[in-house]
Amino acid sequence: MSILLPRPVTRRSVLRGALGGATVGISLPFLDAFLNENGTALAGTGAPLPVRFGTWYWGLGHTPGHAIVPKTRTASGIEFLTECLPLKRHEKRLNFFGGFNMPLDGRSNYTHFSGWVASRTGSAPSTNSEIPAPTLDLLVADHIARGARFQTLDATACGIARENYSARSTNSRAAAEASPEKLYSRVFGVEFADPNKADFKPDTRMMVRRSVLSAVTDERKALLRRVGTADQQRLDEYFTSIRQLEGQLEAQLRKPEPNQSCAIPSAPRRDGAEQDMPQGLEVDTVVANHKVMSQMMAMAVACNQTKVFNMVFSDNFSHMRRPGQTYTHHLLTHEETPDKVLGYQPVAFWFNCRTMDAFATFIDAFANIREGDGSLLDNMLIFAATETNYARVHSVDGVPVFTAGNAGGRIKTGLHVVGNGDPITRVGLTAMQVMGVPIDTWGTRSLQTSKTITEILV
Amino acid sequence: MSRVRGVALLALALSFGILAACGGGTPATRGAEPGMRLLTEPQYRRIIADIFGEQITIGGTFDPLVRTNGLLTVGSSDAHITPAGLEQLDRMARSIAAQVTSEENRDFLIPCAPADALSPDPQCARLFFRDTGRLLYRRPLSKDELDAAVAVADAATTELGSFHEGLAAGLAGMLISPSFLFVIEEVEPDPDREGAVRLDAYAKAARLSFFLWGTSPDDELLRVAESGELHAPRMMKKQVDRLLDSPRLEQGLRLFFDDMLNFENIARLEKDAIIYPAFSTAVANDAREQTLRTMMDVVLRQDGDYRDVFTTRKTFLSGPLGRIYRVPVSRPDGGWMEYEFPEGDPRVGIATHISFTALHSHAGRSSPTLRGKAIREILLCQRVPDPPGTVDFSKFNDPQSPAHTARERLTVHSIEPACAGCHKLTDPVGLGMEHIDGAGQLRTSEEGYPIDATGELDGFNFKDVAGIGPALRENPAAPACLVNRLYSYATARTPVRNERKYLKHLEHRFEDEGFKVRALLREIALGEAMYAVKQPAAQTAAVNVSPRGKS
Repeated sequence: MSILLPRPVTRRSVLRGALGGATVGISLPFLDAFLNENGTALAGTGAPLPVRFGTWYWGLGHTPGHAIVPKTRTASGIEFLTECLPLKRHEKRLNFFGGFNMPLDGRSNYTHFSGWVASRTGSAPSTNSEIPAPTLDLLVADHIARGARFQTLDATACGIARENYSARSTNSRAAAEASPEKLYSRVFGVEFADPNKADFKPDTRMMVRRSVLSAVTDERKALLRRVGTADQQRLDEYFTSIRQLEGQLEAQLRKPEPNQSCAIPSAPRRDGAEQDMPQGLEVDTVVANHKVMSQMMAMAVACNQTKVFNMVFSDNFSHMRRPGQTYTHHLLTHEETPDKVLGYQPVAFWFNCRTMDAFATFIDAFANIREGDGSLLDNMLIFAATETNYARVHSVDGVPVFTAGNAGGRIKTGLHVVGNGDPITRVGLTAMQVMGVPIDTWGTRSLQTSKTITEILV
Repeated sequence: MSRVRGVALLALALSFGILAACGGGTPATRGAEPGMRLLTEPQYRRIIADIFGEQITIGGTFDPLVRTNGLLTVGSSDAHITPAGLEQLDRMARSIAAQVTSEENRDFLIPCAPADALSPDPQCARLFFRDTGRLLYRRPLSKDELDAAVAVADAATTELGSFHEGLAAGLAGMLISPSFLFVIEEVEPDPDREGAVRLDAYAKAARLSFFLWGTSPDDELLRVAESGELHAPRMMKKQVDRLLDSPRLEQGLRLFFDDMLNFENIARLEKDAIIYPAFSTAVANDAREQTLRTMMDVVLRQDGDYRDVFTTRKTFLSGPLGRIYRVPVSRPDGGWMEYEFPEGDPRVGIATHISFTALHSHAGRSSPTLRGKAIREILLCQRVPDPPGTVDFSKFNDPQSPAHTARERLTVHSIEPACAGCHKLTDPVGLGMEHIDGAGQLRTSEEGYPIDATGELDGFNFKDVAGIGPALRENPAAPACLVNRLYSYATARTPVRNERKYLKHLEHRFEDEGFKVRALLREIALGEAMYAVKQPAAQTAAVNVSPRGKS
C-alpha cells in the first residue's frame, strides 16, 4: 500500500514540473506570501484563515469504565483509559463530552439508529428510517461552504456508500465515497486545479458545462407549474443542487490561490502495485482504507476543495470482522461472554481499541498539515460521535462525543466537559455556533436546547 | 354484433371496471395524487441501454433510496437529488454523451452528419434532439426545449470547435434535466367525469412501460400517447398485450423481482474467506442471476403457478455456483446449464438458493433471525417489529451456556420476554433453514453437533430446510404479497385506503387464474385503478395546463 506522502512544493519541483510539460511562462508559487507576518490571516484581506468543519463517525460506542475516566465536573485534562490511550497524544487538541443524555420522549430507541439521528439532527426519529431534520454538518455547510468546490465531501472507510450519516431529510441522503480510489478520483482527479501550478488557464469545457447548467435552470419555472406542492420542494432541492454544481464550476474557473499547505497526494494503490486497495469489512482493510482516506480528506480541506466533510470509520452496526471469525463487532457486543477478571467483552473491546486508534490516526492527518503558524487542525472543528454509549445494551444516555481542533482559536481544548444529564444537543448547538451558524435554539421536544457549552468557548 | 365480439366486449368492460357499480365487478378506486418519481438506478441503466445500446458504459454512484412498502421503486417517489448525487449524475451524463457521439457510435446513433464537423449544424442537431429527447423525456420536446438544446449545442460547438462535442454538451444537459431524471406525471380534465382529472396519455404510457418493461415507453407507445389513442380502452388493451408479448417483458419482470428480493444488497455481499473459501464475488453475482433465471422460467416460460418458485427443483447453475452447490458444472463456454436437484435433495425453491440463504446471513455464520425476518417481510409482506432498545443481553453472555448450535444459542430469545414477541415470528422459520450455512452450503452439523432443523411457519411444520418451500407455497400470504408488491411497483407508491377492496379483488383474480403472473400483470395493467389519480392539491385551480410537448 502506498502512503500519501505529501509532496512539498519547492522552487525546484515547480520548475521541474513545469519544464517537464508543455507549459511555458513560469511564475513561482506565492507560498507564504499570501499570509500575514504572523501566519494567522490572509495578507490580502486581513481576514482570518477560514475555519472548516468535519464530522467523524464510529459505530458501537465505548466500553464504559475502560475508555475515559468519568468526572463529576467540567475541568481540563482528559483521563484516557486503555481503550482510548491512542488519543492521549492528542489530549491538548481534544475535548471530551460525557454525561450528556439523549431523551427520546417515549419514542422507541431504534437500535443503532436513534442515537446518531438525535445527536446530529437534534430530533429523535419516530420510525426506524426517519431523519426528521437536516444533520448539523449540512447546516454548517449552508453557512460556510460558499466558494468551495464541494459543498460537503463524504467518505466511508467501511466500503458501504449508503453508510453516510449526513442527510437533509429521510429521502435526501447522499452516498459517500466508499473507496480510496473513488475519493481520490473525485477530489484529485482530472478536474482538480493544482493551486501551486505555475500557470492556470480556465478550461473551456468547464465554461461549456456552465452554459449547459444554465439552460437546465431555465426549465425551473415551467416545471414548478406542473407539479404539486411536495414535489415542488423536491424540484427546488434539485435546482439548489444545480446551483451548487454551478458554484463548483465557478470555483474551478478561478485561478486558485497558491497554497503551501496543499500537496497533492499520490493515487492510492495496494502496496505500490497497480491494483486498487482491497475493499471489505475485515478490520485491517477498514483501518488501512481509513488511514489513506483520512489523509486524502485532510488534504482536500487543506487544498480548499471543501470546507465541510463527513468521514465514517465504521457503520452504525459495525459489521467489521476479523478473518476467520464468525462474530462481527456488532454480534460480539451482544453475544460475547464478558471476561470475569477483566470485566468486559474482550474481543468487542479489542474492536473498540482499534476504533479509537483509528480516530487518533484521523486527527494525525489534520494535525500533520502545516497551515499558517500552526496546523490545519487548529483551524478546524471536528465533531466525532457515535450512536450508543454501551452497545451491549443499546444505551443512548451518556453517549460519548469528542471535538478536535481549536476552530481558529474560537474554542479551548483539553477539557472534559460533564453534561450532568443535559441533552446531547448542547454539543451540536455549540459546534454550530462556533462555526458561525446563526442559531440560538436547536432540536425538538426534550432534545431542544438553547444552552451553549460556554466552558469551551474562548 | 357477433356473440364472440359481445363476449370480448363484456370481458373488456369487466376488466376496465365499467360494471363496478353492479356489485360483482371490479371495485372502484380513487387513486392518489399523481407522482414524481426519480429514476432508480436499474431504470436509468435500462433506459440508456434501450435508447443508445448495451455498449454504453455507466459508472458512478447513485444516491441511496429508502425502501418503502418493500420496494426501492416506491421510495423513488419521495427521493430527492442531493448536490453530491447531482454531481455524480452530471459525470455520468457527460460520459454517456461522449460515448454516444464518439466516432465508434455516432454513425448509428445520430441520424445525420453535420455539413462541417467543426461548425454548428442546427438542422442536424435539431433532428437528433427531437428524436432522442422524445425518448428521454417520454414525450415530445416543446419548441422552447428543442430550441434551447440546439442553442446549447451550437454554442458549445463554436466554443469547442467540434460539432459532435457540441452535440454531446446538449445531450448531457438533457440527461441531467429533471424532465429525464424524474418521471413527472401530469393530469388533464377527464372528459368522462366532470370536474375530475385523469393522467395524461404520456403519464399513462410511462406507468405502463415502467411497470411491464422497467424502462421508458418505446416509439410506438409514445406515438399512441401523442395521438391520444391510448385513452381508448381498445388501444390500451392492444398496447398492454403488445408489451406482454414482447421479450422485453422479461427484463421488466427481472427488475421487479430484483427490487422485491432486495438483490441490490448482493452487490456488496461479502463472506469470510477463511470460513467460506468457496464463496466469491462471482458466486454472489451468479446467485442473483440463478434465482432470476429460475423465476423467469417458472412465471414466464412455463407460464406456471407463481407459488411454484418456492418448490421448484429446477434451476440454472454456473461454474462458480457449482462449487457451493457441490454440483459439477461442465460448460466449456463457462455459461449456464439447466439443472434439477434430485428428489430428496433439500434444495427446494428459491428460499434455499444462495441468493436468499447467503444474503440473509452474517459474513461468517448463518442467521436464523435474519432469514426468518426476510421470509416474513420480503416474501410474505409481513411486518416484524423493530427490536426493543433495552434488552438484557446478560442471558446471551451466560458463560455456563453449553450452546453449540444456533438453536441452542437462540433459546434465550424465547425465554426473554423482551425478545420473545418478535423472535417467535422469525426464529422458528429461520431455524428450519439451518441445514444451509451462511454461504449457502448444505450441512448437517455445527461445531460438530448435529443440527435440529425443524421449523414452523404460520402453523406449517417442517422437518428441515426442504420444507420451507412447501410452507411458503401453501401460505396464502405469499401470493397476496406478490399482488401488493406488483401493484405498488405499477403505481410507484404504497396502496392507499381506497384501494384495499381492489387489492383483495386482485388477489381473487390471481387465484382464479391459477396464480399466473402474466395474467396478473395484465389484470393490473388493464385496470383503471393503476391509472386513477386525484387532483393535485396545488393544481386545484389550474388544471387546464397546456398539453405536454406544446408551448
